[in-house]
Amino acid sequence: MIGKTIQLARIVGTVLIIVATVWGQDTASSAQLPLVTLKKLDGTPITTRELVGTESGPIVLDFWATWCKPCIQELSALADVYPEWKKLTGVRIIAISIDDARNSKKVAPFVRGRGWEFEVYLDENADLKRALNINEIPHTFVLNRHGQIVYQHKSYAPGDEELLWDAIKKAAE
Amino acid sequence: MNRTMRYTWLAWFSVGLLLLFSEHALSQLPAGWRADLQVDAQSYTPDSAINAPAVREKVLAQGFFNLLYSSERLRLGLRYEAYFNPLLGIDPRYEGNGIPYRFVQYLGDRFDVTVGNSYEQFGSGMILRTYEERSLGFDNSLDGVRLKVRPLDGVQLTALFGKQRAFFGLGPGIIRAADLSVELHQLRWDEQPILDLPFALELGASVVSKYQPAADPLLRLPENVFAYATRLSLTTDRWNLYAEWAYKINDPQQTNNNSFNPGNGLYISTSYSEEGFGLLLAAKRIDNMDFRSDRGAIGNVLTINFLPPLTKVHTYRLFTLYPYATQPYGEFGVQGEMTFSLAHGSVLGGQYGTTVTINYARIHSIDSTKLDAFTYRSTWKPGKVLFYQDFNVEIQRTWSRQFKTTFTVVALAYNKDVIEVKTGYGTIYPLAFVLESQYKLSAHSAIRTELSHMSVRGDMGNWAFALLEYTPISNVYLTVFDEWNYGNPEPEKRYHYPSITLTYVTGGTRLAFGYAKQRAGILCVGGVCRLVPASNGFSLNLSSTL
Repeated sequence: MIGKTIQLARIVGTVLIIVATVWGQDTASSAQLPLVTLKKLDGTPITTRELVGTESGPIVLDFWATWCKPCIQELSALADVYPEWKKLTGVRIIAISIDDARNSKKVAPFVRGRGWEFEVYLDENADLKRALNINEIPHTFVLNRHGQIVYQHKSYAPGDEELLWDAIKKAAE
Repeated sequence: MNRTMRYTWLAWFSVGLLLLFSEHALSQLPAGWRADLQVDAQSYTPDSAINAPAVREKVLAQGFFNLLYSSERLRLGLRYEAYFNPLLGIDPRYEGNGIPYRFVQYLGDRFDVTVGNSYEQFGSGMILRTYEERSLGFDNSLDGVRLKVRPLDGVQLTALFGKQRAFFGLGPGIIRAADLSVELHQLRWDEQPILDLPFALELGASVVSKYQPAADPLLRLPENVFAYATRLSLTTDRWNLYAEWAYKINDPQQTNNNSFNPGNGLYISTSYSEEGFGLLLAAKRIDNMDFRSDRGAIGNVLTINFLPPLTKVHTYRLFTLYPYATQPYGEFGVQGEMTFSLAHGSVLGGQYGTTVTINYARIHSIDSTKLDAFTYRSTWKPGKVLFYQDFNVEIQRTWSRQFKTTFTVVALAYNKDVIEVKTGYGTIYPLAFVLESQYKLSAHSAIRTELSHMSVRGDMGNWAFALLEYTPISNVYLTVFDEWNYGNPEPEKRYHYPSITLTYVTGGTRLAFGYAKQRAGILCVGGVCRLVPASNGFSLNLSSTL
């Protein structure tokens, strides 16, 4: 038992050392979105590559679920400012629902009933959530015009949209 | 705690602190690498008043660390997990540490192959879904080989085999499965659509076969259990229709009392949505569909399929006292949900608009007649016993740019005997409301409050709840709440359950430290629940995405 623990501690240690050695390197290409297939609201598959496309504006990826109160507060706040932000920076806000089969069919009426204008996609078995190492929602990323992740933030308090706006403006430069 | 363990934890916390103070950790990981980690620790003080048990270790801690590498064609990943020892409520069989999750995936243009652990879902998951829910200690990932092929645009074939994870080992059963999905509107030949459909139409079919040797001295148990499912999804601009049918041959096991009946499930949902209005109607019938890769497993262990309840997920604290969980042996449920917005500037909508959601769900038994000791015949109409009913309304209103409220009222019928497998409680009828307000004090500071009351005749009686969350600067949250069982029929049990937490968030990292007296309860995420015993103590949670 103890032998096994030592062995595992060693493995983890090694991994950490590898990570630490390359810490601080210039890694411009590090933050591209991994290739994962999501679903559109009509059930059609779409890959993250198609999602990001080749347009040059910044993109906000917001991970949420219909049962997550802070997520809904955040998206409601973003819905109010989205038209203006879009006009000023060309930003696209993409809401990615991690609702599983229990609620995934509710997402379309939920979103449109609220009049949200974001693009919404389903990550029903959390494949993209896992590929982006997300532990909790809400979790927000900002991608710059090259599709690189330049900002992330988890949790939501009223006012966090201001921080997001700063990040979007920076990403749009 | 021995010395090695102490060092392991020390290492973890140092990494955590490092992350915490390097705001730009994200951009500092080398090309293609990603990682996240989480550590949860709690101290336990015995408290006989609230039934909090004594914990010999005094402090329990658990955590995990995910490391992923992805490039254009290749993806690798592993997860280290440690439970010394598992928190109360997490299955004690997790005690220990190891790397129970690792995989290599190659991504080709028309295929991809994964070796090692994978998470997969066919349709809505009625015959196969492997996934993880770390907060519940749930992970039924499949350790084996998975192949996905896309011979044409719009066609995907998935095939896999392997064994499922159970704690730090694998279950005894072997799973072989395949799924075919055809998106008829996407079919292309020479870049041209084959069918010119004005809607999206997906047809799907899947099969799962499980093998587990049988050596029962009395019963002739099937060693190979076959299941299939078919599905259809039709979507236009405004409408969606989804239907799925699943069937499983007889599969006597511990959780169905060795029933030799086959199982089946039917799920139908339809929705309509337009700007400012959304409606969903759904119905579901489940009969003997508990499906596991070990006949003897119970609880959340080695489940092959996913049978989520057809009810709304409630997350407000008091509402979580009475959650519903699917009864896989047999249930008949319906659900309706309507969401609409009252226009900005209208009399009812106010200057900034109002959103209303009305939800109703009702779940019944299915009636059956016993044919002999091992089989029965069930009817297709809802049975006589009401398991659960939920009628709830949620009104979200923006009063000004600074002030928003959400008012929710919930009326439940909760068959405690069936849902919690107890006797003598019967059905109780909780009625609850919560008023949540958030007030933005300045650009980066805010106050959030929740006031809630639940009246219950019988069981533990009435409850009241109040919460205050103050965000002085956008990185810091101070959350204080109290849950008070002031109406407990036994006056000496009218306890307060206070809690205070300080949370610090930066980028993808969250660190929370708190103290709470916690009532016993059922924590549910998705369709899965776990019992959390009462506790009294300090907790520390660190969660970080690099």
